[in-house]
Amino acid sequence: MATLNDYLLVSGLLFALGLAGVVLRRNIIIVFMCLELMLSAANLSLVAFSRFNTVNGLPDYNGQMLVFFVITVAAAEVAVGLAIIVALYRTRQTIHTDELTSLKG
Amino acid sequence: MNLAWILLFLPLAVAAACQLVLPKSPIVPLVSTASAVATLVISFLLLGKIETHSFNWATIGDFNLQIGIQLDRLSTGMMIVVTGVGALVHIFSLAYMKDDSAKNRYFTGLALFMFSMTGIVLANNFIMTFIFWELVGLSSYLLIGHWYQKESAADAAKKAFLCNRVGDFGFMVGILMLWGITGTLSFSEMAVPATISSGVIGAAILCIFCGAVGKSAQLPLHVWLPDAMEGPTPVSALIHAATMVAAGVYMLFRVQLSIGTEAFDGFAGTTIAYVGGFTALIAALMATQQDDIKRVLAYSTLSQLGYMVMAVGLLAGEAGMFHLFTHAWFKALLFLGSGAVIHACHHEQNIWKMGGLLKKMPITGITFFLGFAALIAVPFTSGFFSKELILEAAHEKQPLLFWIAAFVAVLTPFYMTRLFVVAFLGKAKSDNADHAHEVSPLMFIPLVILSILALIAGYGFVNAYAPAAPEHAGEFHLNFLFWVSAIALIIGAGAAFLLYAGKDKDPLSIPLFKNRFYIDGIYDHFLVRYFQDAFAAIIHFFDEFLINGLLVGGLSRGAASTGNLFRKLQSGQLQAYSFAFGLGVILVIYFTVFL
Repeated sequence: MATLNDYLLVSGLLFALGLAGVVLRRNIIIVFMCLELMLSAANLSLVAFSRFNTVNGLPDYNGQMLVFFVITVAAAEVAVGLAIIVALYRTRQTIHTDELTSLKG
Repeated sequence: MNLAWILLFLPLAVAAACQLVLPKSPIVPLVSTASAVATLVISFLLLGKIETHSFNWATIGDFNLQIGIQLDRLSTGMMIVVTGVGALVHIFSLAYMKDDSAKNRYFTGLALFMFSMTGIVLANNFIMTFIFWELVGLSSYLLIGHWYQKESAADAAKKAFLCNRVGDFGFMVGILMLWGITGTLSFSEMAVPATISSGVIGAAILCIFCGAVGKSAQLPLHVWLPDAMEGPTPVSALIHAATMVAAGVYMLFRVQLSIGTEAFDGFAGTTIAYVGGFTALIAALMATQQDDIKRVLAYSTLSQLGYMVMAVGLLAGEAGMFHLFTHAWFKALLFLGSGAVIHACHHEQNIWKMGGLLKKMPITGITFFLGFAALIAVPFTSGFFSKELILEAAHEKQPLLFWIAAFVAVLTPFYMTRLFVVAFLGKAKSDNADHAHEVSPLMFIPLVILSILALIAGYGFVNAYAPAAPEHAGEFHLNFLFWVSAIALIIGAGAAFLLYAGKDKDPLSIPLFKNRFYIDGIYDHFLVRYFQDAFAAIIHFFDEFLINGLLVGGLSRGAASTGNLFRKLQSGQLQAYSFAFGLGVILVIYFTVFL
């Protein structure tokens, strides 16, 4: 049976992959997907902690409760985020982050 | 509340009301004049009282700053002079300034001056004297510059103020020194401890004297007084002849009374006496070559002030104050008389364009003659008695000063006779003088009152009201001094009469005297150029490079370059932001977990 460390290792790898995607990729859709990947990595570690941290012989369900909240918020975030990307594409005709530099000081 | 406080604050209240409540009202001149007359009445009621009233104005630690009134013979007598001349000048001004567009400002200034002068006279301590000392400087500045549209008047006002400031700085140092020596600022409590060396006391007195040099226009700060004649003539009569310029003498005598005449004995007194003597001499020499009627009188004022200062320096302050008392009346008379003449001749001030005025303006002419007689010390006029006492003091203590004073007694009749002969006798030398006619009663009534006083102020029944008078004042003796002054009078007046009678232009020309010993020129070319301009250059350097370049400019440049540095962080690239964010998270984890 897999140990807590195995789960955390997978979670950390997923998070690192997500962060690398956010930092390195230029396509904003990909960046957005990598963001979701990071959220999933967090969820995975929450569930793992919940499973391995027993209270009176039962898993600690607080962590799993939190996962549902994260999934709900992530769904809402995807809805808003994709809408923003569509609006962005309509005004700028691009979803390439290198060309979105109007915040430059 | 009693009369003395009303006397002090009534003119202030009137000045404030005129300025704040009635700025455009036609009754301002009348209100101001009424207040001057009221203060004269109060001064008469206060005569002979000896009282002190005071209250604490500010307390710092165990040091109390008082505003207080000291009533004694000196201050009540001086108040008679101040309010008496003040009231007459106000009445005269009603007519003289009738057509002036800014007469409300003028009368407000006069009321402010009356307040300040009353404060100096009644003060019972040095701080209060100093405050009011500066206030008379201010009101003098405002009144000299009354016609500020004229550049010369504005310059003269500035010059008067700055010259006074130079003297006042010494005055302030002197006050602090005396405070250090005696431990008190109140006149009545001042006593010099026996342990203090006479040199320190002398230095303190000379610093105090600096204030009098500025205010009473002694050498070398006399330059402002002749220029102050740019102001309206009644102002010259009130401020620059009778009262404010006498404040220096008054203050010196007040100090002499409070710390004792012994403190003046020695180099301090001698220095004061010589400064006074030389001022009298040099001013009289300059007066002999002036063509402006007011300037002649201004130099004569300088010369008479020199006499008074000399008397105080010779420890004969009573004689000096007595001369101040008589001089105030006849010099105010002469100035108001010259004002009437100027008014009648359509603002002509050059005596060589007057002439024949005695016939055209008999009342002004005769009153002017009486003032002239008192000034040149014709026996039995008021000026004769007081000048005789000063000569007597000089004769006893400093023979050299006595001969200087006697020579001045030759010069005074000389320049005054020149003035009178040229302006009032002979025939009219210009159209303005030809069309002159007698002035209105409002103007000649003050002249008549003053001319009576010029005649009788020396006698015992009047000089009982003087601020101070020696015991034998007003007595007449046929002694050596009488013959000296009588001969001086005859030589001076006779020479001038022979030289100037019937002349159309000045037969004498002495550039040195005409150009006032080039003292103004030296100040302009030396002091102003090398001292003031060099100082201004240094200040400019500090302002331009240190303040502007380093402090103000440096701060703004620092802020701008820091801003430019941080601007580079705002690349606008999404990934750069997220990279920095991730790096930050890693750093936070590193610091919290591993450190």
